[in-house]
Amino acid sequence: MAKVEIKTDICKGCGLCTSVCPKKIMVLSRDKINAKGYSPVEITDMEECIGCANCAKMCPDSVLSVYK
Amino acid sequence: MTKVLMKGNEAIAEAAIKAGCRYFFGYPITPQNQIPEYMSKRMPEVDGTFLQAESEVAAINMVYGASGAGARVMTSSSSPGISLKQEGISYIACAKLPCVIVNIVRSGPGLGGILPSQADYFQAVKGGGHGDYRLIVYAPASVQEAADLVMESFEASDFYRVPAMILGDGMIGQMMEPVEFKAPKKRDLPKKDWAATGWDDKSRKKAVINSLFIEAEKMQDVCIELDKTYQKIKENETLFEEYMMDDAEVCIVAYGTTSRIAKNAIVTARENGIKTGLIRPITLWPFPSDIIKKAASKVDAFLTVEMSMGQMVEDVKLAVNGEKPVSFFGTTGGVIPTPQNIFDELKKIKEGI
Amino acid sequence: METVFEKPKMFNSEKMHYCPGCTHGIAHRLVAEIIEELGMQDRAVGVAPVGCSVFAYKYLECDMYEAAHGRAPAVATGAKRVHPDNLVFTYQGDGDLASIGAAEIVHAAARGENITAIFINNAIYGMTGGQMAPTTLVGQMTTTSPYGRKSEQSGYPIRVSEMLATLEGAAYIERASLHDIPNINKAKKAIRKAFQTQIDKKGFSMVELLSTCPTNWGKTPLDSLEWLKKNMIPYYPLGVFKEVE
Repeated sequence: MAKVEIKTDICKGCGLCTSVCPKKIMVLSRDKINAKGYSPVEITDMEECIGCANCAKMCPDSVLSVYK
Repeated sequence: MTKVLMKGNEAIAEAAIKAGCRYFFGYPITPQNQIPEYMSKRMPEVDGTFLQAESEVAAINMVYGASGAGARVMTSSSSPGISLKQEGISYIACAKLPCVIVNIVRSGPGLGGILPSQADYFQAVKGGGHGDYRLIVYAPASVQEAADLVMESFEASDFYRVPAMILGDGMIGQMMEPVEFKAPKKRDLPKKDWAATGWDDKSRKKAVINSLFIEAEKMQDVCIELDKTYQKIKENETLFEEYMMDDAEVCIVAYGTTSRIAKNAIVTARENGIKTGLIRPITLWPFPSDIIKKAASKVDAFLTVEMSMGQMVEDVKLAVNGEKPVSFFGTTGGVIPTPQNIFDELKKIKEGI
Repeated sequence: METVFEKPKMFNSEKMHYCPGCTHGIAHRLVAEIIEELGMQDRAVGVAPVGCSVFAYKYLECDMYEAAHGRAPAVATGAKRVHPDNLVFTYQGDGDLASIGAAEIVHAAARGENITAIFINNAIYGMTGGQMAPTTLVGQMTTTSPYGRKSEQSGYPIRVSEMLATLEGAAYIERASLHDIPNINKAKKAIRKAFQTQIDKKGFSMVELLSTCPTNWGKTPLDSLEWLKKNMIPYYPLGVFKEVE
């Protein structure tokens, strides 16, 4: 089982990670904003995560950490 | 120590080597080419580094890099090239990096001519580059003094973390005189634990060689700190020579080559009944204002002589503060004043008194 | 649980000022990853430019310099000559490297200085609000080419990698891109090769990284990746332009 940790408060809601997730489980939040006023990324279904870390490699702000 | 007959430019270069300078970055420009040429030959002999940069701009930035890495480093140029270096000098001053910059002044403005002048006084002493900073500016009047001041400048620059400038002129650079290399007075130099040497010693902070301070309060703090250092330099590093001032009725203020011509004129003047003396600033910054102010209460008049249209005369007037008349005589463009020129001025002043 | 991915320790990404989706963050991280993988954090010395990445010295935990605009290669030269065993790199944008710094980068490469230049090419001046860069494409709109860059008025964009590759002193020059994962992986390999070139004392190395500027391109971060792929890669082909054995 893979796990992605999101540093929600430094996420800038850029959406780059959402475009590279092969399982399409990364989405920008529709109802939450973080301390900076951005819509941070959320994981819709952690069970589907394969731990490829594409999202973390694409993130310019090192918001994501991946564990397996 | 034995005396050697050397060209001014070469003596300046050798003095730097003797002072432990092992990095030189420069670019050819008349009349200082002997400095990079000498360095290109001598640096490899002492395992130092000589690099002819692609421009004076590149050279001063290499100085920024090498000084930031903790090394004793020098660059040299002449007037138009020093103009090119101004950005780099401002950065170096703000980042508190020690280094020595040699200007063998030629005539200007613009591409100018290759003969000596003293028309870079403003540039050297009143900024040159942007922002609130100062350089310690030394003005030698002989090849010996040039060697002495180069060696002194490395010590002072390292001690205060303020860049130093040697303001020579084409005459000092090109003439040959006997010179003896004597070690300067030793200072208790602080360790360069601020240098970017690679962060392997975690007992110190990460080194950041920087002049960017985007918050206003912080930038102001930096300037206030710099100013505190400049005050200390004013108190401790002012150098000047007084020549025949005890009974002088007219005081000449002149530096570098011009001061030697003035001394000749003083001989003639005294033979003709004009009691003349000379105050010769050796540091142009800090300027010997106090000694000039003191002289103002004793002499009848001042004559500032420069190879320019009149630059240092403004600082003389500031020091004299209206107490006595200050006249100016200058030649520029590469024209050198003669002792006769200066004597004629002294006669005019004597008649006017 | 094993760690698959964590940010490199020497990368301080918590408070970076870059715009959302700006690929500077990816480039910084790759540089930090390689320096750590090479075990050279103690000997890395970086030179930050003037441009959006002017504060790179805050984000990379190694000794750093902040250089005057365009002068980073000269500053790096001074730094490397004093401490030749340090891993000295510059990190420069397209204005810094290809405009005001054109002389400095050419001569550092010509001299074969054992330094590594990381060149961020996003075809625009970011920090100052979106003016034309030497790498701006013909037809591209910027605040100083509001009708689109016209070649009759302001010439053609400079292909820096190809240009520097003609110099004897250049030992490794590669152009890579940051617009998707396969290319980010290739970019990381290129950065590693460039630093290794320095360690092996082969001469000057540079990695040109095609990057986005969503804010000044006037596009979303995701659309910017597409624009880069469609418009920049045809003009700035990816690949190795110089490699000395």
